[in-house]
This record gives sequence, C-alpha cells and structure tokens, in this order.
Amino acid sequence: MKFKLNVWRQDNAKTAGRFESYSIDGITSDQSFLEMLDVLNEKLVGDGKEPVAFDHDCREGICGMCSLVVNGRPHGPQEHATTCQLHMRKFTDGEEITIEPWRAGAFPVIRDLVVDRGSFDRIIQAGGYISVRTGAAPDANAIPVAKEIADRAMDAAACIGCGACVAACPNASAMLFTAAKVRHLNLLPQGAPERDLRVMKMVEQMDAEGFGACTNHLECEAACPKGISADFIGELNRDLATAILRSREASKNASAGG
Amino acid sequence: MALQSKCPTGPIEQRWDKHRFNLKLVNPANKRKYEVIVVGSGLAGGAAAATLGELGYKVQCFCYQDSPRRAHSIAAQGGINAAKNYQNDGDSVYRLFYDTVVGVDYRARESNVYRLAQVSLNIIDQCAAQGVPFAREYGGLLDNRSFGGAQVSRTFYARGQTGQQLLLGAYSALERQVAAGSVTMHSRHEMLELIVVDGRARGIVTRDLKDGRIETHLADAVILATGGYGNVFFLSTNAMGCNVTATWRAHKKGAFFANPCFTQIHPTCIPVKGDYQSKLTLMSESLRNDGRVWVPKDAADRDKKPGEIPESARDYYLERRYPAFGNLVPRDVASRAAKVVCDEGRGVGPGGLGVYLDFRDSIQRLGQDKIAERYGNLFEMYHHITDEDPYKVPMRIYPAVHYTMGGLWVDYNLMSNVPGLFVLGEANFSDHGANRLGASALMQGLADGYFVIPYTVGDYLASVKPISVAKDVTKDHADVKAARKAVETRLKSLLEVNGKRTADSFHRELGKIIWDECGMARSEKGLRGALERIPALREEFWSNVRVPGSGEAMNPELEKAGRVADFLELGELMCRDALDRNESCGGHFREESATDEGEAKRDDEKYCYVAAWEHQGVDKAPTLHKEALEFEYVKLSQRSYK
Repeated sequence: MKFKLNVWRQDNAKTAGRFESYSIDGITSDQSFLEMLDVLNEKLVGDGKEPVAFDHDCREGICGMCSLVVNGRPHGPQEHATTCQLHMRKFTDGEEITIEPWRAGAFPVIRDLVVDRGSFDRIIQAGGYISVRTGAAPDANAIPVAKEIADRAMDAAACIGCGACVAACPNASAMLFTAAKVRHLNLLPQGAPERDLRVMKMVEQMDAEGFGACTNHLECEAACPKGISADFIGELNRDLATAILRSREASKNASAGG
Repeated sequence: MALQSKCPTGPIEQRWDKHRFNLKLVNPANKRKYEVIVVGSGLAGGAAAATLGELGYKVQCFCYQDSPRRAHSIAAQGGINAAKNYQNDGDSVYRLFYDTVVGVDYRARESNVYRLAQVSLNIIDQCAAQGVPFAREYGGLLDNRSFGGAQVSRTFYARGQTGQQLLLGAYSALERQVAAGSVTMHSRHEMLELIVVDGRARGIVTRDLKDGRIETHLADAVILATGGYGNVFFLSTNAMGCNVTATWRAHKKGAFFANPCFTQIHPTCIPVKGDYQSKLTLMSESLRNDGRVWVPKDAADRDKKPGEIPESARDYYLERRYPAFGNLVPRDVASRAAKVVCDEGRGVGPGGLGVYLDFRDSIQRLGQDKIAERYGNLFEMYHHITDEDPYKVPMRIYPAVHYTMGGLWVDYNLMSNVPGLFVLGEANFSDHGANRLGASALMQGLADGYFVIPYTVGDYLASVKPISVAKDVTKDHADVKAARKAVETRLKSLLEVNGKRTADSFHRELGKIIWDECGMARSEKGLRGALERIPALREEFWSNVRVPGSGEAMNPELEKAGRVADFLELGELMCRDALDRNESCGGHFREESATDEGEAKRDDEKYCYVAAWEHQGVDKAPTLHKEALEFEYVKLSQRSYK
C-alpha cells in the first residue's frame, strides 16, 4: 500500500509548527499504524533527516501513551481502539492521511506529535486516590461490595488516561477523564469518606489547568478507546452538587454552633 | 568475594518476622533527613516510592514515560496470586510457597519465596482498600480463578486488566504523596549512570528526555525498579521503551548480574507476521483454562483450514503428553512443547510458527456469552490484530519472550552487593528462579515495594549518616563529576559515529541471534557461535550506527541507540551464562541436558546455585560468583506434570 502523509512537525513548545508531507510505499495491510510510522522514521534517518517524534510504549492499547489525531479523529477511524491498535487495513491504498498531536491548551506540544499531559497527573494529585497507608488495610473481604457496584466501578476505572477525550472535545474539556476517576472511587464504599472533597478538589484542579467546560457534545465518549460512558459526567455533576450542598451545610452548622 | 544472602535461619514460617525484628529502625524525626531515589514507577517502584514517602523519607522518583501510570506493569492481564484460601480449596501460605519453589525449578531461595507467599495476603488487603476493583461474586466478596496450572483457585483479578488496576492503585498512592510533598516525581527522565562514592551508591545521573538536559541527583540510597530486559530479543511482549540500561549501568559500576540466561518465553502470544513487526502481543494465559491447544497430526494438513481437519487428525499434544495437567502445564513446558511440534513441521499459519488455541468445545459447553464474559477483551484484541474472529476460527498462538527471571543479584534485604543500591521487582533476580509462575510477577512487584523495602532500606539508612547532614558528597565531588562526564561522553560518541545503519537495525539483528541461540533451546555450539557474533556486531554498531539530531532536544533515536548499546553487552553475558550452565532448568533448556522423553533435566549436583556475574570490562570475561541454594523444606526432585 502507498500513502501520502501530512505530519505535524514542531521543534518545541516555543516555536511554531507546520505540516510536512511524506510519501510512503510498500506498507502492508497487516501493519499497525505505528509500525507504518516506524518505517517512515527508518527512511527519514536513512535520508539524514530527523525522524518524527511520537509517544508510544506498550503497543497493546493499555498504557495510554500513544496519542495521535489521525484524519481529524483522536486515535483514528477505528472505534474503541488506541492508535497503536489501529491497522493499515482500515485505510485505502493511495489515501492521504493527516497526523496531528492532541490539541489543547492544557496539553502543550513538546515536540512534533508529543504533548505534555502532566495536567492529568495533577488532577489525580488533587484527590484521585483513597487515603490508605500501606499496612493499614483491613482484610480484603471485610468490606463486601455488591457485584453491580464493583463492575460499574471497573467500567470507570478502565480509563487509560490517554487524553483522547480532551482532544476530541471542542472545549478541550477533561470532564470524562475526571469523571471516570471520581466515579470509580466514589462508587466504592472504600472511597466514601473522601467523596465530597475528592470531587470538589479534582474539578477545581481541572479548571485551574485550563481545561474547558463540558457542554454535552459527547465527542469524548465517541473518541474514548475504552468506551468510558459519558453517563459518568452526569454522575460527577450530581456528586459535585451534593458535595457543595453538604459543605455549605457543614460550614453553616459550624458558624451557628459557635 | 563470597556472596552473603543474609537469609535468616530457623523455622521458615518465623524467618521474616524474626528478621524484621532484628532490622534497625530510623527515628521518625530523622527520616526526613534521608533522601531516597527510586528509579521506575511500576508496581515495585511506584509502591516503594509511595510507601517510603508515607514513612517520611524524602523520595525522588524517576520514570522514562510521560507519567508514572504508564509503567509496563500496566500490561499484565491475568491476575495476582495470594494464599487467602477464600475458596476453601486447601490453599495456604505453605502451599503457595511449595508450588512456587517447585514451579521455579528449585533455582530460588526458600526464604525469599516463603516471605513472598506470606506477604501475598497483605497485598490483596492493601489493594482492595485502595479501591482496586477486583472481580467479585454476587455476595460482594472477592472472586478467584485458577491460573497458570495451579490446582487451587488463588488468583485475584480485575477483568483482563489486573496489572492496570493494581498499577493505578500504586499510582494513586504515589500521586497522593506527590501532593503531600514527600515524593518528587521526575517523568520523562532516563537514568544513564549510577553514582558510586567510597563503594556506596550515592545517586544517579539522568537525562531529561524532553530537552536533553543532563542532571545529577544525590541520595542516601538508590532503588532500581526498572523492570526486565526481555527487549534484548527485539521482539517481545514488553513495551517498546523497556530496557536494561539502569541495571546494566549499575552492573558496570560493580553490581553483580545474576542468572541472566533465565528468561521466560510465554506460550500464548500472537505469532509474528512480518519483518516490519515491532512487538508481540500476549494473549493471557487464562485462555488455556478454556482453550485446547492442538496441531494437525500430519504435517501435510498444516495448510488446510482448521475446520477441515477432523477430530481424529488433530493432535492435542499437551493433553497427550501431560495427562495430569493437560493444557495447564507451566509456561516453560507449554512453550517448549509448541516448539517441538513446529520443529516437526506441524506448525500452522504463515511460516509454520503457530499452534491452534481452540475454543470450539468450551463455546459448545458454556455458550458464547459465557466465553465472551470471561475473555471478551482478549478476543477483541486478537480480532483487531489478526483480522480473524476467534469465536469462529481457533486462535493461532506461538511462544514469545515475556519476562526475565534473571536480574541484579540482591540479598534477602533486596540490597545488591553495592551497599545502598537496592533492586526490586523484575529488575532483581530473586524470587522466580528459572521459571516464573503465572500471576506471580504482580505479587512480587508489590511485595517488594509495599512490604519488604520499607523495612529493609531503613536498616541500611540507620547505619549511614545522611548526606543532608554529613555533606560528604556534593555535585562537585570528583566521582560525581566523573559519572556525569561519562554520560556526556557516551552520548556524544553515539551522535558522532554518523554511520549508515539505524539503531533498530542493529537491535533486530541482535534479537535474532539471541532468539535463535539463547531462546527456547540452547546448545553449546549455538552459544559459542553467538559469543563470536555479538562482539562483532557491537563493534560494527560503534562504527556504523547513525543517530540523527542533537543531544540537546527530545531525541528518541538517541534514546534507542543508548539502550541498544547496552543490550549488545548484556546479550553476550546471557549467552555466556547459558553456556556455563550445562543443565536444563525451567526456561533454560540445554539440548545436551534432556531426559529420554525430551523433558528438561536438572543437574543439582553441579548447578544448584545462583550464578552472579561480576563485570570486568567490555570485551573481558566476567567473573562468576556462586551462591549455593539449599533446600530444607521442599525436597529436590524432578518436576513432573504427567
């Protein structure tokens, strides 16, 4: 197979980027998209040029490192798959393919197709955990969790933190990512003691990082390689409203109690 | 130099408690004066950094990925073992210990394995409390499955994403400490040198992968939790970035490398399809619980469609050869058996390097829905990659490199022979002997990180004065400057070769040599040949590699070239170790040492030891140190799965 590639090239966050075009030939339909880029890079190195930098690691759809917008779609045309799981059989011979990085203010470009997703880590730091010291845990079966609840928590926990939801959203909102973590932990009895603070802090951090607001486009759900449901966003909003009400109630009681 | 394992003595069930009591403690007020470096943020490193931060140490944690959540532990699918006996099926700490000592083919220390089985209980409690969404039964209690040939159900799991969920648990604990200020996280940083001053590990030199900046970091102890070296084979199930650099740099600074030839070839991976292939994908071993492995009896049938081969013409070779365990024999046995049938010309698929893993019978017995519930995500993954629907046609699988049991030598405290240098998880050699059992890697990573290192590192630190107080080592110390200079010089030389071949092309060629000569079967002749070819390839690398770009910017080719350069040295040591060990044990199969039935034959008289290699310089023969293994509880005997 033969393709014309339009690839985003950018030296670093401070310089302007541009598209460069490359022709590539001899690709087979069994090859993965990233293996096609490997071939391009081998060729560029051979020609004495700098290869295209892109993030990737496990190449089996679980680490969340790969992050390409292919023909305008985060992770490309295949549903429920990361870029590394995309194969060239999804494209037609001779097709023109445009490859860009995630585009969002909160994900600055480091080089070419590589972006900085440190903002996601900071959202987790704000409350995406259960405070349990190593060694302080009760027996695992001491806290039963109904199967439906555990399964639903697992549905949310399946998020790989790739950022496709942000890249797909016209507002570059991180609501699906944040909601998935909030709901994974808030659904479980282990997460209950910190549920109000968790949701308030994580949403606050998300705003502070410069992610946009959610206006229900649901592009995030469509782009998510793990099929995380946008229902979790509604549930986050409910958790957030309850948490705010409860915290107002608590501060009223505290001042009244004086 | 005699190796001191520091294993406690006495009744095995009391050893760890006794040892823990004897370990020195660091006063809580003094803990914040000590700085600890953790390299790697997977299950072992992430758990260690989080726990040491909680305890009050000042921790610096490093990973090459853009976030600690992406460490390769995330890709583990099947599950994690623990001797909880929640199923009331006769499991116990002693049974997990026993199964492991036998399963690793008697090439691990009894004391270490027992401790691992003991702390397996705490791990599950810890993870459940962190919110790891383990599979549950309708009553709300934890579910288990049988895994990897175990005859009890002791494996805890979270769908096919157990590694991911356990890692996210450790990651959340780590990020909590980052927020608390006790851990400083350095993502996109690669360790390129160990700093040793007066014989003690005192820091590391790193390269910031974003902008190429070289940094020196000093500390009172250095913990390496940098995973295994399976990518020496080029094609493996490891992530693309997995490498040996951190441990290899430490090895060249004096740390002994133990049992480097003990590598695990996993039986159920998707076969190789073409020359362009960059990595292999594992299909969880749990599939063998319901899938039956077969090839045609007659090599002439191998190009027929599987549906056209009648039952009578199929050879369910694992069920035939190992009636007691059938399709559930341990990984090393299953992999070798697949190689045997493919060598006989009965392998299926392109190139004849594949065997069928067939779900027809279980789909008939349990229904497609049940199979989808158990393995849906794996079937989907297989479908994506191969464009074949495993509900309709049998999967094709072939063994692939998956895990490395060898690693830096450590004592019972997980400290290497370099004082102050600790090694955890897959990066050390300690608990899996010559063959790791399924669902044991996650267990060991978390055991080391959560429940061993927090105690043992304190014992070491209590005996040294912190840098923050003693100020005996600074960035201007001659040894520190020399380490930094060595890194700069090496990067410069890689960039200056300006030859004709890419780092990947050398990596592929090295991988082929190691796979052919130091893979599933090893022979004296093959290994000797490899020992000629690898140094020659290394020489060519240093005169003909091409690394474009500069060292002062993000440069993935430079990163790759540095890693390949280290693999080119490690590969030689692996072959040397394999040649030296003229016995078959676990994943190490020497053709010269087999039973009449073609099974692996151990030689306990001569080889019941850990081989720990001391580096003497590139192109010089390393020195072998032996640590004898003694078995007081589990009698040495030939493994049998018949």
